[in-house]
Amino acid sequence: MALLRSIAISSNKTITLARSARSLTTATLPPLPYSYDALEPVISGEIMMLHHQKHHQTYVTNYNSALELLHTAMDKGDVSAVVGLQSAVKFNGGGHINHSIFWKNLRPVNAGGGEPPHKKLGWQIDTDFGSFNALISKMNAEGAALQGSGWVWLAFDKELKRLKVETTANQDPLVTKGATLVPLLGIDVWEHAYYLQYKNVKLEYLKNIWKIINWEYAGEVYEKEAQ
Amino acid sequence: MVLQLVMAPNWCGCGVASANSTKISTNAFKMSSNRFNFSKPYPGRAYRVTAYYSLTTPPYELDALEPYMSKRTVEIHWGKHHNEHVERLNKHLKTSAFYGHTLEEMVKATYNNGSPLVEFNDSSSVWSHDFFWESMQPNGGSMPKGGVLDQIEKDFGTFTNFKDEFTFAALSIFGPGWVWLYLKKNERKLAVAPTQNAISPLVWGDIPIIGLDMWEHAYYLDYKDDRSAYVNNFLDHLVSWHSVMVRMMRAEAFVNLGKPKIPVA
Repeated sequence: MALLRSIAISSNKTITLARSARSLTTATLPPLPYSYDALEPVISGEIMMLHHQKHHQTYVTNYNSALELLHTAMDKGDVSAVVGLQSAVKFNGGGHINHSIFWKNLRPVNAGGGEPPHKKLGWQIDTDFGSFNALISKMNAEGAALQGSGWVWLAFDKELKRLKVETTANQDPLVTKGATLVPLLGIDVWEHAYYLQYKNVKLEYLKNIWKIINWEYAGEVYEKEAQ
Repeated sequence: MVLQLVMAPNWCGCGVASANSTKISTNAFKMSSNRFNFSKPYPGRAYRVTAYYSLTTPPYELDALEPYMSKRTVEIHWGKHHNEHVERLNKHLKTSAFYGHTLEEMVKATYNNGSPLVEFNDSSSVWSHDFFWESMQPNGGSMPKGGVLDQIEKDFGTFTNFKDEFTFAALSIFGPGWVWLYLKKNERKLAVAPTQNAISPLVWGDIPIIGLDMWEHAYYLDYKDDRSAYVNNFLDHLVSWHSVMVRMMRAEAFVNLGKPKIPVA
């Protein structure tokens, strides 16, 4: 009896295996391009370690679980399960996307962190915001005003060919604010990003983070999209 | 909730140094027109008495919740975050149409059925944080007794089920939020629900019984990212079943939880 059942199940499995031969590409935690304490004293090693190894890793792990469940639900044609999983996918997937960009947006001071943007991105900033300092003030103001958790972005609008400062809530990626927006620079204003060091003084964190921003990376992304 | 009386612009609050007040009546006991009028120190000027909210103190010392919630956390959470909400609320109230509402009324009204007005965030945060400090006590936790325990067992099966549900809801929140034990008015039973940002069961018309702040600032200094340790310690060592009992008693003025005693002939 058990044998018959297992044959029936295995033939079903063959069918399902064939359908899910499109492999499930799971997310992995990207390594940090610098050591945990390399961004001190702006961001402490303790925060960097927790942020990368705990928070970002959790987003990756939970995204992968949500993806598995989504895959199963899609195969079964379970529409309500598919819809129900969207918020978990958006939250955890968004967390993974956003933090992967964030690590590249930061750079130790002795490797060029904080160096203002030159060339094309520098000119575009002057055109769209008046000056580099005006951009910083705007981003700090938006970051400080954000209630709850979220991100503040320097975005490039591919369609309008101009820069824009945007904020997103929770772990919503920048595209949720506009399909043509490309993230050049994102600053995490979730409390876990600064609380151990700056406590409730978010503005201090925002003012200091400019010392370790990797404008070279932002410039590369901009030049690629602006062609 | 303490209302603070603040005199409108012209009152300097210092010893009045105007020509009128230096006239001191030689017969101080006579009810003369020279008697200093505290409510109208400058005759001829118009006055408006206004009242704003102030920061209510938790009903225990700031270090009383140690080691489960450190003094440093309470100092910053109450003294900075909660305080900031009070100050911002008062700033809104200077020009808001909701000036004069009670805090609960303001929370319900400014929620505006899901399209919250600008005062919602701060008014709801002030209400929720007051509620949060009062949801805890030193040497709290362990088990409720009597009527509260009966009601919990009735609505959740067992006390452990309630704790599991509460913890699960707390850990399910995406982003900042709160987790509540609340009384559903229509169904006349207790339930657990997580909420986002500053939302509380007040906005949908039910009665909150326990509120736990799940924003990162509530636990990060003490627990870093270990939210389940925070929630477990809250349930096992901090939650004030005394407050719960008082709140349930008050709720029974609005919701009939009893079974009718139908006499058998």
